[in-house]
Amino acid sequence: MCTQSVGLLAAEVERAGIPTACIALIRSVAETLRAPRMLSVPFQFGHPLGAPHDSEGQLRVLRSLLALLLERGPGPILRDYAP
Amino acid sequence: MAEFSELPLTYRLMMKAYRWRTISPTPWASMRMPVAQSRVALVTSAGLYRPGVDRDFGSREGEDVTVRLLPSDTDVTTLAIGQTSNSFDRGAIEHDRNLALPLDRLRSLLVTREIGSIAPHHVSFNGSIIAPGRFVRDIAPQVADVLRADQVDAVLFVPV
Repeated sequence: MCTQSVGLLAAEVERAGIPTACIALIRSVAETLRAPRMLSVPFQFGHPLGAPHDSEGQLRVLRSLLALLLERGPGPILRDYAP
Repeated sequence: MAEFSELPLTYRLMMKAYRWRTISPTPWASMRMPVAQSRVALVTSAGLYRPGVDRDFGSREGEDVTVRLLPSDTDVTTLAIGQTSNSFDRGAIEHDRNLALPLDRLRSLLVTREIGSIAPHHVSFNGSIIAPGRFVRDIAPQVADVLRADQVDAVLFVPV
């Protein structure tokens, strides 16, 4: 449910003129949702950035999200995380 | 990747029957400057809040769709987890709040100058929202107003 909730909120923020990028935990939900920019990650519920205290791994996910911000629109853009 | 098959039976049945929402049309806002010069904010659906400072999120799923604003100098280890769902591995976030609100990681990206600045506030809500109408209609515009007032250039969203 959280993947849908963040995507819905992101869309409203985007409508206000601020670019957004969301992690998606369930790809099928992201495909249906069509939020502006989503990154599908290969992690389980509760691990959106990977393993606890894996700062380098978490940074890699964040960098991928930041890279999504630079993609050209229009959306929706849904990418698979590739470490 | 997370799968519905990981969920308890009651959640699996609910997810199967659920009418998943579609955003149409998909809005789009382009970056106005390089990421390395941008002010970045975080949004988490883990329902994180500051005990003794913020109101908690209650105990019933989907009951409280309001948000808490977490200042950028927040020590993430002090945050309580207000998510009411049992559908995710709470233990991971109990070990490392950065999984849900990667504020320490954002600080690292600032040190390495990969982002321009960190927004003064970050947004936390309980993402276990089955009927999102009121959340989208009433709460989302408030969040957008806060982010605009904070002159945020980009927002990263982390579900759990």
